[in-house]
Amino acid sequence: MHPLRIERLVYRWPGAERNTLEIGALSLASGESLFLFGPSGCGKSTLLSAIAGVVEVPKGAIRVADQDVGAVHGGARDRFRVDHIGMIFQVFNLIPWLSAIENVLLPCTYSRHRRVRAGDNPEGTARRLLSELGLADPSLASKPANELSVGQQQRVAAARALIGKPDLILADEPTSALDEAAKAAFVDLLARECAEAGTALLFVSHDRSLEQHFDRNVDFLALNGGAA
Amino acid sequence: MLGFSLRSLWNRRFVAGLTVLAISLSVALILGVERLRDGARDSFANSASGIDLIVAPRGNSVQILMATVFGVGGTGTGMTWESFEWLAGRPEVAWAVPIQMGDNHRGYPVIGTDASYFEHFRHSGGQSLSLAAGTFYTGDGADAAVIGAEVAARFGYAPGTVIVNAHGSGEVSFDLHDDAPFTISGVLAPTGTAVDRMVFVTLEGFDSLHAQEDAPLADPLDPAAMPADGHGEDDAHDDHIAHDDHDAHDDHEEHEDHEDHGDPEGTEAGHGHEPDRINAVYVGLIDRTSVLGLQRAVNERPSDALSAVLPAVALAELWGITGTAERAMRLMAWAVTFAGMIGMVVMLSASLETRRREFAILRSVGATPTRIFALIVTEAAILSAVGLFLGLVLLTLATFVTDPILSARFGLRLGLNAFGARELATLSIIFCAGLLASLIPAVRVYRMTLADGLSVRL
Ligand SMILES: Nc1ncnc2c1ncn2[C@@H]1O[C@H](COP(=O)(O)OP(=O)(O)OP(=O)(O)O)[C@@H](O)[C@H]1O
Ligand SMILES: [Mg+2]
Repeated sequence: MHPLRIERLVYRWPGAERNTLEIGALSLASGESLFLFGPSGCGKSTLLSAIAGVVEVPKGAIRVADQDVGAVHGGARDRFRVDHIGMIFQVFNLIPWLSAIENVLLPCTYSRHRRVRAGDNPEGTARRLLSELGLADPSLASKPANELSVGQQQRVAAARALIGKPDLILADEPTSALDEAAKAAFVDLLARECAEAGTALLFVSHDRSLEQHFDRNVDFLALNGGAA
Repeated sequence: MLGFSLRSLWNRRFVAGLTVLAISLSVALILGVERLRDGARDSFANSASGIDLIVAPRGNSVQILMATVFGVGGTGTGMTWESFEWLAGRPEVAWAVPIQMGDNHRGYPVIGTDASYFEHFRHSGGQSLSLAAGTFYTGDGADAAVIGAEVAARFGYAPGTVIVNAHGSGEVSFDLHDDAPFTISGVLAPTGTAVDRMVFVTLEGFDSLHAQEDAPLADPLDPAAMPADGHGEDDAHDDHIAHDDHDAHDDHEEHEDHEDHGDPEGTEAGHGHEPDRINAVYVGLIDRTSVLGLQRAVNERPSDALSAVLPAVALAELWGITGTAERAMRLMAWAVTFAGMIGMVVMLSASLETRRREFAILRSVGATPTRIFALIVTEAAILSAVGLFLGLVLLTLATFVTDPILSARFGLRLGLNAFGARELATLSIIFCAGLLASLIPAVRVYRMTLADGLSVRL
């Protein structure tokens, strides 16, 4: 099973003059972490949207967990996404008025698949994930998300992406709001957790200093518009 | 889903609270207006049931009805006993009950009548009066009093209690007849009508109040002494007619009045005592179809200026008077509800922009746009439901507080458990309107989440 397999993906934003994405092939193995770097505006976020099935992609181009993203539609696609993909954004990942632990558990409320895979006691799993990511203090876990520091929030988001062992985690510059030390620590933790859980990680950023934490590094510009 | 919506609303509890308050106030208003209207109509209709005709000194029929049946306001006292006897003797009349009014007991109207009142009065669809304790007027007791359930409950009276009445129908009266006490012989079972707050005394007893009081002043040649005959009712409200007529007729009747009290026959029950002047007569007919004929006969009686009032007609007239105000109130209540709904739509819509990120996050963890649509509708449903519930609570509290006042002042009861099918329908309409109104923001959210996808950036 491949968590992610892209073949001949062409995508153009409606109304755009040129194709935003022209990707020959890209695939990820279970537990593999891939760092995709490229300058601002080159289409990294667009690629993640395509993989997550947020934008309409042609049939057969993207397979997540061996399922054709382009062939799933509507609500089924939302369910498919939460079943197989965890996502981390740049900032504001959390519902501000839910506690950290409740934010982590969100995928389990929307996906039976993730809930089952989170074990008998999803809340315990969530606490374990949080403590592994450096948020062991139980008072932190029950705090409303908007009372956490940005670095803490990103770690909560990482725990949420990890819970229930999805096949693939898409991370769109989750470290851009963090300082150097926090950044390195965050990426390191995330990559390690993914490897342990057997979850593939696709991490995009313009910041090449993060390269050393990943199994594989790919230049988006080289990938896009040619073969990878 | 419900829990999530609740949490989300709790996060915005200030605005949500205001919205709920607006809805609950409008609900309380709508239901309150309806209950007031129904309460008025029911208690009026119940109180007047069984009486075919009310005969009283000439006056406005609504006023006569209000005064006689509800003890609100007054009628003239100018009806002579001869007229009563004439009326009672008419072939089409099955029974006639004389009524005297104008006194109060601690704010509750005192009615002078004879035992036939208890026999013939009907309420709430034909039920006759029954006793909760004691007896109706006993044989020789001119000082006997029968009291309504509310009076008994309010002051803790029981058979045997001695009470003192005051002149005038005002709530506060300093002019107590403490020289003419009554002994309670019976307490009526609750009827839910104005009878509950009435104090009934014998005709003789009613007259004796005035006799004893008027006696030292009874000089018909001294106009200064005469109007002071106990009308310490400057505080009284709408009984001007009572004033006028009373003053006008007292003039030449008082001497005979006093002689009557010396009459030993007056101790008999029934019509034994013949008062000089009465305020009204309740009439029951053998055959109801004769009512118009009798009404004409009463109106045309030359010796006495009388009116014969058909309770149902007077009620209809009353509703005609109040109808416009009723409609205006109802319209206003619905307008307030409409405003409440707009408030909710504004609240939900205003929050959408700031919650865009929230929705994007939810979608990224698997919530479908439909689910987010449902989230908004659920929030509206919660707001509406809580608003409705709070409105009912508010109304119940308001009823609880105002019921004694309304009941004491106007003899109408809202009824604490008057939650009926029509109210349920009204509530459902408001609830559905709330859900419908929430579709506006919900559709916007639906579109927004589809367009934004997961890529909302701030
Ligand atoms: N919602 C959208 N509708 C139309 N065009 C879009 C949309 N989002 C992005 N684009 C276009 O697609 C191109 C790639 O944008 P994208 O956001 O994928 O870049 P990126 O690599 O993620 O940049 P950054 O590093 O700044 O986040 C840009 O030219 C942008 O204008
Ligand atoms: Mg981007």
